[in-house]
Amino acid sequence: MSELMLGNQAVARGLYEAGVSVVSSYPGTPSTEITEFSSKYPEDEIYCEWAPNEKVACEVAIGASMAGARSFCAMKHVGLNVAADPLFTASYTGVNGGMVLAVADDPGMHSSQNEQDSRHYAIGAKVPMLEPSDSQECKDYAKLAYEISEKFDTPVILRLTTRVSHSQSAVTTEDRIERTLPEYKKNIAKNVMVPANAIKKHVVVEQRTLDLIEYAETSGINTVEMNSDEIGVITSGICYQYAKEALGDKASYLKLGMVNPLPVKLIKDFAAKVKTLYVIEELDDVIETHCRKNGIDVKGKELFTLQGEYFQSKVKQVVLGEKDEWQTLDAEIPVRPPVLCAGCPHRGVFYILKKLGVMVSGDIGCYTLGAAAPLSAIDTTVCMGASISGLHGFNKGRKGEYEGKAVAVIGDSTFMHSGITSLVDIAYNRSNSTVIVLDNSITGMTGHQNNPANGKNIYGDPASAVNLEALAHAIGINSVTVVNPGDLAETERVIKEELAKAEPSLIIARKPCALLKTVKHKPPFHIDADKCKNCKSCMRIGCPALVSGDKCITIDNTLCVGCGLCEQLCKFDAIKE
Amino acid sequence: METKSIMIVGVGGQGTLLASRILGSVLGTAGYEVKVSEVHGMSQRGGSVVTYIRYGEKVYSPVIEKGQADMIISFEQLEAARYVSYLKKDGTIITNTQKISPMPVITGAAEYPDGIIDKIKAMGINVIAVDALSAAEKAGSARAVNVVLMGVLSKVLPGIELDAWKKAVEKCVPAKVIEINEKAFDLGREM
Repeated sequence: MSELMLGNQAVARGLYEAGVSVVSSYPGTPSTEITEFSSKYPEDEIYCEWAPNEKVACEVAIGASMAGARSFCAMKHVGLNVAADPLFTASYTGVNGGMVLAVADDPGMHSSQNEQDSRHYAIGAKVPMLEPSDSQECKDYAKLAYEISEKFDTPVILRLTTRVSHSQSAVTTEDRIERTLPEYKKNIAKNVMVPANAIKKHVVVEQRTLDLIEYAETSGINTVEMNSDEIGVITSGICYQYAKEALGDKASYLKLGMVNPLPVKLIKDFAAKVKTLYVIEELDDVIETHCRKNGIDVKGKELFTLQGEYFQSKVKQVVLGEKDEWQTLDAEIPVRPPVLCAGCPHRGVFYILKKLGVMVSGDIGCYTLGAAAPLSAIDTTVCMGASISGLHGFNKGRKGEYEGKAVAVIGDSTFMHSGITSLVDIAYNRSNSTVIVLDNSITGMTGHQNNPANGKNIYGDPASAVNLEALAHAIGINSVTVVNPGDLAETERVIKEELAKAEPSLIIARKPCALLKTVKHKPPFHIDADKCKNCKSCMRIGCPALVSGDKCITIDNTLCVGCGLCEQLCKFDAIKE
Repeated sequence: METKSIMIVGVGGQGTLLASRILGSVLGTAGYEVKVSEVHGMSQRGGSVVTYIRYGEKVYSPVIEKGQADMIISFEQLEAARYVSYLKKDGTIITNTQKISPMPVITGAAEYPDGIIDKIKAMGINVIAVDALSAAEKAGSARAVNVVLMGVLSKVLPGIELDAWKKAVEKCVPAKVIEINEKAFDLGREM
């Protein structure tokens, strides 16, 4: 039977069919749905969980593999930075049950803070990496990855990109492989990576790479399709689809299903059969560098770019010199950037922070949108958890000058991910830093996943919830205050008070995400046109439900959820419930 | 047959993803190879959103670029204006007449352009403009704009049985709101 599936859904299907029984991940666009779809299979067949971060998730998968289970973790490209530590040594220990790590890169940065190329991690960790180009391959390669993992005693990375993860195409499903758990045997030489053991294992790893190169040459995972002796294309993943769309039978193709390690003889043989050879790969010049290193003359990044996505028109233009034509509308079209939703609990905090003119050390989540106009409240955003440690560094760097004039903002899920250790640093190394946890009781930006602080697990079942107040006290933060960010006056008072204290402090701005189904909203507010002076005070909060007009402001009743923030800003009593 | 390309564009939160799933499902049932490309994440938060649907005997790229689309279904006027350059010369655009101001217009940094639909018509493009919001409200929920527009599309797109559309709607919308959506689809067909 064949059905349309997202690439991520097809990976989950592949896990199911491969007999995987443990999945642990932290959400991250564009990888999140793999774990969400996995959790829809019976829990006694595939146990799934949201881990606090990718490092934990990867270690859970390693432990499950050592126990003999086929295990899995998924993450976005920057998540692999977090999980890199366990991965590099799991490469040395190898596996018992097969272990696969899926990483989703985001060329074009649809929803990411950088455009890094995860293939470097496969090279660095010396582990095989497979790259599917559509949903059927997502499923097939996920299953194949477990065979490779167990055959070569190594974790395997499945590399996805946004267009593969988030495109739907037809997938043929099969039954689940019923797998009996192999016996667990203690094996210190294999699994305890102290220098004496690791020195021996490194030799094994290098031999494994040679064996995998042989596999890459002969196994059929890398395929040659001869159509033309004029133009040859070496490519992988979604770029294969772009190349086929653009060039069809005008080119011959070497499609690499395994992007690490790369074959040599296969590429040389292919190169010998074509006049001009192109490498078509988004992001870094990984395949191109490999070709050049092996004396194979190719055209690559001098014609393409290191930035963004390629698509078929770019391939057509570069290789065939053909350009598409189109017409444009004769009008200035305003951009439509993403915004904090109407009723978003973060809005009040950012309004006050902007009003107070403080430096705001930001983090990764929906609330990064607090950097957008008109709030423009955030000064910095780097990576998960960096708001807190970055603020501490900022305060130390300015020799205390900004203590009382700077805060960190971080969401509840991001705080669980990697904010806690940063808060420990503030308490331990003493800076008078004020941290605001924006606790909306959910992992928001990735589409509402439960987390260790909201009392529910991946299945929606009740779970232990981290008590943020008690945690902060235990760390050594004595001043901990909870505030409702829907109350502007109270929020302003608390932030001012905490900033004035000569000690580290934590503010928990607690109000659930306005999009949560469990949140009951008031009816939309409306504007009394007679009272509205069109002073636009309310417009400063950047709510998408407020619409400016020539005579007065109006409220879009399809968007307004009655949060009442604008009402608190109106000096003329013109905004009513 | 040559591969066909349809784009669904709108504002994050308008339900464009559900519309693309209905269309993908209908085309798959009709025996075509189908690829649907979505972008999640940042773009959902009230930003401009676009979904590509490509179908035919054999489809490679899931992506549609400028000058390549046979048809665009736009959930909002400004988004119709933004993406009209993606249409082929003889392309068709179905657009909802609803206007949603983007943040630069809300803050007064930019103006919402006038006369978008007339300007698109002046480009020689086949325009079908409908008030899908009113129809959705009439059906029982402003959220059913997506299914109203699928109703409009079902009259224009050749080669698909009405029954297949109805089954796809039933399959893709949440069980609780099937009745509203069936009504929304029928109202779309009448427009």
